Amino acid sequence: MAVSVDPPATTRDHLAKMGWTYTFLADPEVKVVKQYDLAHPQNDGRVIARPAELLIDPTGTVRWVNLTEDYKVRVRPEQVIEAFDRVAKQNKP
Amino acid sequence: MDRKRNFLPLAGFLVCLAAFLSYFLFFYRFPVTRDVPWTGWLLFALGLGLLGAGLARAFRQPERYRGRITGSILGVLSLAVLGFFFLLTTVEARNLPASGGAPQVGQKAPDFTLQDSQGKSVRLYDLLGAQAGGAGAPSWVALIFYRGYW
Repeated sequence: MAVSVDPPATTRDHLAKMGWTYTFLADPEVKVVKQYDLAHPQNDGRVIARPAELLIDPTGTVRWVNLTEDYKVRVRPEQVIEAFDRVAKQNKP
Repeated sequence: MDRKRNFLPLAGFLVCLAAFLSYFLFFYRFPVTRDVPWTGWLLFALGLGLLGAGLARAFRQPERYRGRITGSILGVLSLAVLGFFFLLTTVEARNLPASGGAPQVGQKAPDFTLQDSQGKSVRLYDLLGAQAGGAGAPSWVALIFYRGYW
């Protein structure tokens, strides 16, 4: 699922091909972004999300987190898939 | 003889302006040209090269070419555009909040409910399934936060 203050549309097709269902969610009040401590206040008063990806297993435990150090670099779908392949094979910590 | 107009400084400045604008209006759309703004740097190099050549001939051959004053002004403006470009693509891009409170590996992801593009409510723990305390079959979830703008 993709959470954004202002939903985009890029990675969906690639992930869909790999069998993932992609859901866009809108967080216009920046509620979830703040809940996950990813709020990035801008100079003009807007608050947007700091780009981040999390893989969560079926018990609700976070198994992989990636916070970008440079907001120009967006996550590649391959990164998420590769991380999933890695952590899904591990036993739960 | 008449002093010739020196178009090089203006050409250089315009190329620098194009370097700036082309990145933010066009090249940022493609990861290959966005992640490292090399198209911008290349065009700036070209623009500053033209400027340098124009200023060189204006100062070395002032009897033949005009442009010492306007060329110098355009030079300062070009450097300002370059500096601003550097600020936006390199400094600002890394100026991110600490996010110390973000969930870490091994921690529980906070539950939430948001609306999807159809206006339907979607709850994280429902997507995760019964093992997390929600409705539905167990599943992994990849949660991706987008910046929202470029």
